[in-house]
Amino acid sequence: MAELSVIESIRTTLWEEMKRDPSVIVLGEDIGQRGGVFLATQGFLEEFGATRVIDTPLAEASIMGVALGASFNGLRPIPEVQFSDFIWPGLNQIIGEASKTSYGSNGQLNAPMVIRIPYGGGIRGGLYHSQNVESYFFHTPGLKICAPSTPYDAKGLLKSAIRDNNPVIFLEHKKTYRLVRGEVPDQDYSIPIGKADIKRSGQDITVISYGLMLHYCLEAAKLLEDKKVDSEIIDLMSLRPLDIPTIVESVKKTGKLIIVHEDNITGGVGAEIAAMVSDLAFDYLDGPIKRICGPDIPTMPFAKSLEDAYLPNTQSIYDGILELSQY
Amino acid sequence: MNIILNTHTGYVDVMNSKQDITLPSGITIDKILEVYEKMLMVRTLDERVWAMNRQGKVPIAASCQGHEAAQLGTLLAAEQGPECFFFTYYRDLALKFGVGLDETQIMLSYLGKEGDPYSNGRQFPLQGSDLPRNIIQLSNVVAAGMTQAVGHALASKIQNKSTVTMSFFGDGASSQGECHEAMNFAGIHKLPIIFICENNHYAISVPQKLQMAISEVSERAPGYGLEALSIDGSDLLQVYETMQKAIDLAKTFNPVLVEMNVERIMPHTSDDDHTRYRDLSEIDELTSRDPLKKLESLILENNLSSDIQIKKIKEACIERINTATTLAEAAPEPDTKTLMNNLFVE
Ligand SMILES: Cc1ncc(C[n+]2csc(CCOP(=O)(O)OP(=O)(O)O)c2C)c(N)n1
Ligand SMILES: [Mg+2]
Repeated sequence: MAELSVIESIRTTLWEEMKRDPSVIVLGEDIGQRGGVFLATQGFLEEFGATRVIDTPLAEASIMGVALGASFNGLRPIPEVQFSDFIWPGLNQIIGEASKTSYGSNGQLNAPMVIRIPYGGGIRGGLYHSQNVESYFFHTPGLKICAPSTPYDAKGLLKSAIRDNNPVIFLEHKKTYRLVRGEVPDQDYSIPIGKADIKRSGQDITVISYGLMLHYCLEAAKLLEDKKVDSEIIDLMSLRPLDIPTIVESVKKTGKLIIVHEDNITGGVGAEIAAMVSDLAFDYLDGPIKRICGPDIPTMPFAKSLEDAYLPNTQSIYDGILELSQY
Repeated sequence: MNIILNTHTGYVDVMNSKQDITLPSGITIDKILEVYEKMLMVRTLDERVWAMNRQGKVPIAASCQGHEAAQLGTLLAAEQGPECFFFTYYRDLALKFGVGLDETQIMLSYLGKEGDPYSNGRQFPLQGSDLPRNIIQLSNVVAAGMTQAVGHALASKIQNKSTVTMSFFGDGASSQGECHEAMNFAGIHKLPIIFICENNHYAISVPQKLQMAISEVSERAPGYGLEALSIDGSDLLQVYETMQKAIDLAKTFNPVLVEMNVERIMPHTSDDDHTRYRDLSEIDELTSRDPLKKLESLILENNLSSDIQIKKIKEACIERINTATTLAEAAPEPDTKTLMNNLFVE
C-alpha cells in the first residue's frame, strides 16, 4: 500500500497493465520522450520502447483513428488527448466511429481502446484548458465513460477500462491530479465500470457528483454535520453505464436529490439523472431535484474572479444542500 | 479454326485458335476468364439493384460501374499474398463480391434483410464489416476509414504480422484532413499499407478541378514520403501489374499511394441525376472507358473465348442473380427484438 496522487496512480496502473499485456500501447502528443505533459507516461519510452510508446504527430483525428484501427487488429491502444479542449478534431473517430463499431457490424468487430482525457478546470486554464467534455460522450450510445475522483478509484477503473473490449472514455480531472492523494493497494484489483460508490452514507439528502466536485461535496457534507444535516454522497465514478439502481435506492431513502457537476447545466449528466429519478422514484421525492452546475457559458474564464464565479464550490454546495434539506 | 457444335444451344460455336497473347506473370487465360465472369456478375448485380431501386425495393444503391477493373485487378494481385486486409468504401461492390461474398448475401444486404453479412440490416448496403473475408470496416464518413486503416497497418507491423492493409477512397475523400493525417502517419512509421484512390474525377457533382489544384492525387505522395503510382484503373492487367508492385513495396514497409483513374459511369447514387452537372456528350463517352467492355475486347480480340461463350456466361449470371433476388426478397426482415443487440461486446 502506498499513498499516491491521482496522476501517480494512473501512471503506475498504466505501467502495470503494459507489463502485464504486450498488446497494450500508448500513443499521443509528447507522451514519449517527455512522458506526457502531465507525466502520466514518464519513463515509459525507456521501459517499453518506441513501438509501444508512440509520440504521434500533432493531429487528434489520426491519434483517435489510428488507435481505433489498431484496436481492430489485436492491440489495446490507449490514446492520450493532451487536454480535453483539443479533442474536437478527434471527435469523429470517437463519436462517429468507435461508438458504432460493434453495433454497426452487428457484433463482428469491436474496439478495445481507452481514450484518456485530462479535463476540467479550477486551474486558471481559461476557455481552452478547462473544458468539461463529458456530456458529448454521455449522449453517445456505444461508449463507456469513467470519471474517477480518487487515486484508488482511478487504478481500479483504469484496470477495468483497459481490459474492457469496448471503447472507454477515461476522464481524469486535471485539478485532482496532484491535489488528491490517497492509499492505493499494490496488488491488482479492479472496479467494475458502471458501479457508483457511496462515499458517505447519510439519511437526509442524496448528493450525486463525480470528479473534482465530489471532493467539494464531501467537504460541504462534513460542515453540514453541525447543522444536523446527514448527507449521502454518491460518487458516480462511471457516467456510462449510469448506476441507476444505486441512485434510485438512495433517493428512495432520503427523498431529496442534488446533482453537482462542473460541466454546463443544460443537457449535462445532472439533467438525465433528474429525469430518470422523477420517472423511477417520483413518489419518494420530498422536494424538487436540484442541480448545482457550471452555468451556460463556454466554460470557466481565465480571470480568477470569473473562474471562481463559474465553479460550484464547497460554500455553494453547502448552501444548496442546506436549502433543500429545509424544504 | 475449330468448329464446335454446342449441344446445349444448338448454335455452332466458331472459335479461332487462341492467339499468342503475352500475359503478365501469374496470370493465365483461365484467370482472365474467371475475372471476366466475376466482373460480369458485378455489373449485372449493379444493374439489377439499380432497377430494384426504381421499383421501390432497394432504398439506395451506389453504382460501381466503371470501377470494377480497379477493384478486381487489385484482388487478383492480392490473391498471390501476403494476406491483405481491406478498408473499403461504398463504391466497392466488385471488391466485396470479389473477396467471396455470394450474390444472395449481396441481395440480402441491398434489401436490408436478415442475413446481411455486413451489419444485418443496420447500415446501408454492404457497409459494416465482413471479417471472414478480411473486410475490416467501412465508414460512411468520407475518409474516416483511412486513419483506421493506418492503425490497422501499424498494429500489423508492431505484432510482426506479415500482412498488407489496403485503404480505398475517392478523389473527393482526398480533400479530407483525415486523408492527409493518414498518409502522413503511414509515411512516418513506414507502414505496410496501400492507399488506393479510385479517382473518377467527381465527388457527387463537384469536379476534380474544384477539389484540388493538382491534376493527379498521387502528386501528393512525395510530401508524405509515400511511393506513388498512377494508372488507368479501367485496364485490368495494368491494375494487376501495378498492384503487384504496390504490394511488394508495402510488404517491405514502403507505403504506397496508387491512383486509379476510372470513370463513374452512373450517377453518384440512385438518388442522384448526373445530367444536372455533366454534359450529355461526356456521359456518352464514358462507355469508351468501361472496364467491362475493355476486358471483353481483350478476350475477343485475342480469342480467349467466343461470342457464344460470353453470351452463355451472361445468361448464367442473370440466372444466378434471378435466383438470388427471389431468395432475398423472400427472406425475413431482421427481428425487431435485435434492435438493441450488440451495442457492446462482452
Ligand atoms: C464526411 C462526409 N461528408 C459528406 C458526405 C456525403 N458524400 C458521400 S459520397 C460524397 C462524394 C465522395 O466523392 P469521392 O470521394 O470522389 O468518391 P466517389 O463517390 O466519387 O467514388 C459525399 C459528398 C459523406 N459521406 N461524408
Ligand atoms: Mg470521386
